[in-house]
Amino acid sequence: MIELQGLTKRYGDRTAVDHLTFTVRPGVVTGFLGPNGAGKSTTMRMLLGLDAPTSGDVRIDGKHYAQLSEPLKHIGALLDAKSIHGGRTAYDHLLCIAQSNRIPTRRVGEVLETVGLSAVARKRSKGFSLGMGQRLGIAAALLGDPEILMFDEPVNGLDPEGIHWIRNLMKGLAAQGRTVFVSSHLMSEMALTAEHLIVIGRGRLLADTSMADFIEKNSRSFVRLRSPQPERLRDVLTAAGHTVVSTGDGAFEITGKDAAELGELAAQHQLVLHELSPQRASLEEAFMQLTAESVEYHAHGAVTPGASVPVPAAPAQQGWQHGGPPPTAPPPQQQPPQGGGQQWGSQWRNPGSGKGR
Amino acid sequence: MAAPSAILQSEWTKIRSVRSTIWTLALAFIVTVALGAIICLVFDNTWDSLSPDDQATFDPTNTSFVGMQLGQLALIVFGVLVIASEYSTGMIRTSLAAVPQRGSFYASKVAVAGALALVVGMATSFVVFFLGQALLGSHKAQISDPGVLRAVVGAGLYMTLLVLLCVGAAAMLRSPMLGLGILMPFFFLVSPILSVIPKVKKVAQYFPDQAGQKIMQVVPGSDSNGPYGPWGGIGIMAVWVAVALLGGYLVLRQRDA
Repeated sequence: MIELQGLTKRYGDRTAVDHLTFTVRPGVVTGFLGPNGAGKSTTMRMLLGLDAPTSGDVRIDGKHYAQLSEPLKHIGALLDAKSIHGGRTAYDHLLCIAQSNRIPTRRVGEVLETVGLSAVARKRSKGFSLGMGQRLGIAAALLGDPEILMFDEPVNGLDPEGIHWIRNLMKGLAAQGRTVFVSSHLMSEMALTAEHLIVIGRGRLLADTSMADFIEKNSRSFVRLRSPQPERLRDVLTAAGHTVVSTGDGAFEITGKDAAELGELAAQHQLVLHELSPQRASLEEAFMQLTAESVEYHAHGAVTPGASVPVPAAPAQQGWQHGGPPPTAPPPQQQPPQGGGQQWGSQWRNPGSGKGR
Repeated sequence: MAAPSAILQSEWTKIRSVRSTIWTLALAFIVTVALGAIICLVFDNTWDSLSPDDQATFDPTNTSFVGMQLGQLALIVFGVLVIASEYSTGMIRTSLAAVPQRGSFYASKVAVAGALALVVGMATSFVVFFLGQALLGSHKAQISDPGVLRAVVGAGLYMTLLVLLCVGAAAMLRSPMLGLGILMPFFFLVSPILSVIPKVKKVAQYFPDQAGQKIMQVVPGSDSNGPYGPWGGIGIMAVWVAVALLGGYLVLRQRDA
């Protein structure tokens, strides 16, 4: 169990984490979601006592991190993959961590086996790929067989097989009754692993909800219709009082209506339909909507209304498995917000105000 | 609170499992011994060409330690890397997550680095002393001569204190580039140069290396009526070390990792 109480971190006049209060419970994977720079890593560092909070409190099983004797037996964390001395072998890296918490040496071999690094145990980790470094970090987190596990962006740099592996690992750990807290900036990734969701933006809590509720509330459902007589279909639908949105490929989208009702309406007017399908917008979209206000690093100016919207390519692919087929035209929500002319998602660079120090 | 012995063991594993440890310490030993031996050999072979004044103030013990001027640079690298590499690699976050009691972490690191430096320092000073004296032929000093054992042990202490000074300074600077960029030129150029400039040397003689090296002199030099003796000198250096280590601790305790 991890409890945050009004946790706040300021760097000068910039507030990285702003009065966060939430609890991470055992037995489920809790996703910690937010755009880059939202304060996820800072929060996790405060949790481990690496950064001191400006105000507020965070406790692990009721204790401050520094009060834990042999903390790795309570909580194991993967921070960024670079928290490793590259000149040390994988085995020695894990050995020195194990020794500091009086974890039996045999655990080193066991976790290397678990993460699939046994073959390179005696290799210096500077030669490791990003994915191997990530696995070594995960091995270190598992070393003390802790009840609480925390992973900061664990899928970064992993190949598809590795991503699949880490998803199953996290689900397995939660199924054993452990607390699993995992951060990501990819909604789609979270949708696949997390049962509970905590969303932050600009350091503030935006949502603390179960994944099912989040999907229910946030994904726009609509019905997609296509007909060889598009003009008549549009007239009929408009006459019946529906708001019709044309997509670029000649189909129409009606939000918030039952597919059966629309099909019957078309039948009454003897219209031929080539498509009548209930759809859900992707979760990625819902997430962007939720965090749109609080995104810190926008791309400026470049996007004009109607232009194609820069959507993070790889994650969107995964998101659609859950949200139905990809929308073929930019949905109305993705028009740039008024006033700012700013658009989320194309500038993924973080100037590093809270990172890498 | 994790057991102190566990943290010490962990720090020992850390220090022995990186190549820089063996390389820097081996280099310090080899350079100090080789250079000391060569200088002693040169003195023995050119003895007759020395002025009577130089012959009168010749200090065979101190002469065998001359190589340390260069050898100490490797010790500086060792001392800096022991702690600064934690920051440059990001390992510090893993280390402090494992041992959140920062005082214990720091004390263990200092103790392990200091103990290793003491062993290597003593080995270096005794080896270079006996080798140097053997090469000095008839001009050699005996270990039983007054002040000689103190100088040889003092040379080992000097090397240990130098390493600890660098550990403390690097803990404050938190970066190998910064640590090496400041300490190497200081001990190799700035301090030796300032210590021979009239007036300025009144201040420079209190620099840690200038004060600490006093303990290696057995025969007082022509200009060495300094304000402190051999033990006073190493004491001054010890104060510098204490201040550096304390500063390093305060920075580690205060700042976010």
